[in-house]
Amino acid sequence: MRRWGRELAVNALAWGVGLIWIIPFIGILMSALRPQSELIHGWWQFSSFTISLDNFLKAWNHPTAPIGQGIRNSLVVVIPATVLPIFIGAMAAYALLRFPFPLRDPLFLTIVLLMAIPQQMVAVPLFRFLRDLGLINNYLGLILVHTAWALPWVILFLRNYFSTLPPEIEEAASLDGASRFQIFTRIVLPLSLPGLASAAALQLTWAWNDFFMALILIYDPDMLVATQRIPLLRGQYHIDWGVLTAASILTMSVPILVFALLQRYYIRGLIGWTLK
Amino acid sequence: MRAWRWWKRIGRWGSFLGFTAPALLLILFFIILPALQTIALSFTDRQGAFVGLRNFVQVLSDPDTFNLPGFPPGPPPWGSIVHNAVWILLHLPLTVGLGLILAVLLDRARGATFLKSIIFLGMVTPMIVGGVIIRFLFDENAGIVTAILRAVGLTELGRSWTAYPETALPALILGSVWLWVGFSMILYSAGLATIPRDYYEAAAVDGAGPLQQFWYITIPSLRPVTMVIVAMTVLWELKIFDIVYTATLGGPGGATMVLALQMYFYAFRALEFHRAATVATLLTLFTLIVGLWFVRTTRSPE
Repeated sequence: MRRWGRELAVNALAWGVGLIWIIPFIGILMSALRPQSELIHGWWQFSSFTISLDNFLKAWNHPTAPIGQGIRNSLVVVIPATVLPIFIGAMAAYALLRFPFPLRDPLFLTIVLLMAIPQQMVAVPLFRFLRDLGLINNYLGLILVHTAWALPWVILFLRNYFSTLPPEIEEAASLDGASRFQIFTRIVLPLSLPGLASAAALQLTWAWNDFFMALILIYDPDMLVATQRIPLLRGQYHIDWGVLTAASILTMSVPILVFALLQRYYIRGLIGWTLK
Repeated sequence: MRAWRWWKRIGRWGSFLGFTAPALLLILFFIILPALQTIALSFTDRQGAFVGLRNFVQVLSDPDTFNLPGFPPGPPPWGSIVHNAVWILLHLPLTVGLGLILAVLLDRARGATFLKSIIFLGMVTPMIVGGVIIRFLFDENAGIVTAILRAVGLTELGRSWTAYPETALPALILGSVWLWVGFSMILYSAGLATIPRDYYEAAAVDGAGPLQQFWYITIPSLRPVTMVIVAMTVLWELKIFDIVYTATLGGPGGATMVLALQMYFYAFRALEFHRAATVATLLTLFTLIVGLWFVRTTRSPE
C-alpha cells in the first residue's frame, strides 16, 4: 500500500513538471491559433474557442518580414551547411584518429578547444574578410562560415565515433590494395551511418537556429533567414502576439520536426561524446 | 634505402594533410585568423598604433561593463560582466540541480520518454524564439506567469517583467532555466543508465537508505557527466545573445546587457571596432578558461 502511494506521488510529480514545461508552448500555440478577440483575458480562457489559421497566413506573407521566404532561405543555407561540415569533418576526424603525423594529438586538442570561442570573437575581421571577397549578402559566405564553425564539434564527435569501429576491417581492405580514400569512403563512412546521422541532426538544428552569423553577414531584406525575421516582427512598443507567435511556431517547426524524426540519433549525438 | 623511407614518410604525411586540409583551411580562415585579428584590434587604436592595455582599462572602467555602485541593493544595470556573472550564479545551480532531480524522478515515472521529450523541447527551439516566448510568458496582458502572480495577490509582479530594470534580468534567467534544463536532464539520464545496479544492491545489503545511496553512489558516479554539463552550461551562459536580443535588446536602460550583445552594439551600431574587439577578447578569455579547465579535468583522470 505504501509502495503504491509512493509510485502515485512520483508519477504525479513527474507529470506535473511535464505540464509546467509544456505550458509555454501551449501558450504560443493558443495565441497563434485563436483570434485576438478571444485572448483579451489570456489564452488560458476557453469560454469561446475558435481556431483560425489567419495569423499563420499573415506571418507567412508578412509585408515587411515574410516568414515563408525566410524559411525557404534558411533551407537553402542549412542543407549545404549540414552536408559540407559533415563530409569535411569526417575526413579530418578519420585522419586525426588513424594516420600518423607529428603533433597530431595537440592539433586535435586545439581544434576541440576552439569550441569554447564565442562567435563575437571573429565578427569584425570575418565581416571585413568576406566583404573583400564579395561574400556579404551571399549564402556561400554564410555556408562556409557555418561549415567552419561546425567543424570542431563534428571532428570531436566523429573521431570518437570512428574509434569504436574495429580497425581489422580497414587493415584487411588495405592488404587488398585499397587506397586510404577508398577505405574511408567505401568502408568507414558506410559503417558510420548512425554517427553521421547524429552529427547531421544536430548540425542541421544548430545551423537553422543560428542567428548571430546571419545577422552580421546577410543584410538584403529578401535574403534574411527565418531567425532574422523574428525580431523584425516584434514592434518596439506594440506587439501583435498573434503574428509573432505564429511566426515563432513556423520557425521552430523545422528543428522540432528534425528532432521528432531523428530523436534517437539526436540524443546520441548530444551524449555520444560525453560517455565512453 | 634511406631516401625511400623518407618518401614513404612524406607519403604518409601527405595523406594526413590531404584528409585534413579542407577542415584546417576553413578553421584557419574563418576562426583562428579572424580571432587573432580581433586580439590585434583590442591592443590598437583607430590609427593602428599599439596602445597596450588602454582599451581594456577603458572597457573595464565603463559603466556599460561594470556598474558596481548599482550592485545590490540597487536595481540593474550593473554592467554586462556582472549580468553574465549573475546569470551563471543563478542559472548554473538551478539547471544542474533541476536536471539531476528530473533525471532521477523521470527514471521512476511512467511515460518517461514522452516527458523527457517535452522537457527537451526547449533545447531544440531556436533561442531567438526562446526570447519571444520568455517575453510572452512575462507580459502583463498576454503572459500566464504575470496572471498567476496577480491571482495570488502579488500585484507588484503582475506587470510586464521585461519592461522594468528590477525584473527584466530575473525574467530572462528564469526563462533560460526553462529552456536549458533539458540539456542537463538528458545527460544525467544517460549517466544514470551507466551506473551498475549491483552498487545499489550491495549498498542496500549494507543498510544504506535511498538518500545515502543517492549521496554515496549516484552523485560520485555522475561526476564525469557533471563536469561536461557544468562546462557546457557556463559556456552557454557566457555566450548568451539571442534570448536577450529578442526579449529585451539589452534593455530597459541596459538592465539586461550582456557581453556578447555589448560587443555587437559597439561593433555594428556604434562602429567602434576596437572597443568591440576588446569586449570580445575579454569574453573569449573567460570562455577559454572554462574550455582549458574542461580539457584538463576530462583528460587527466585516465
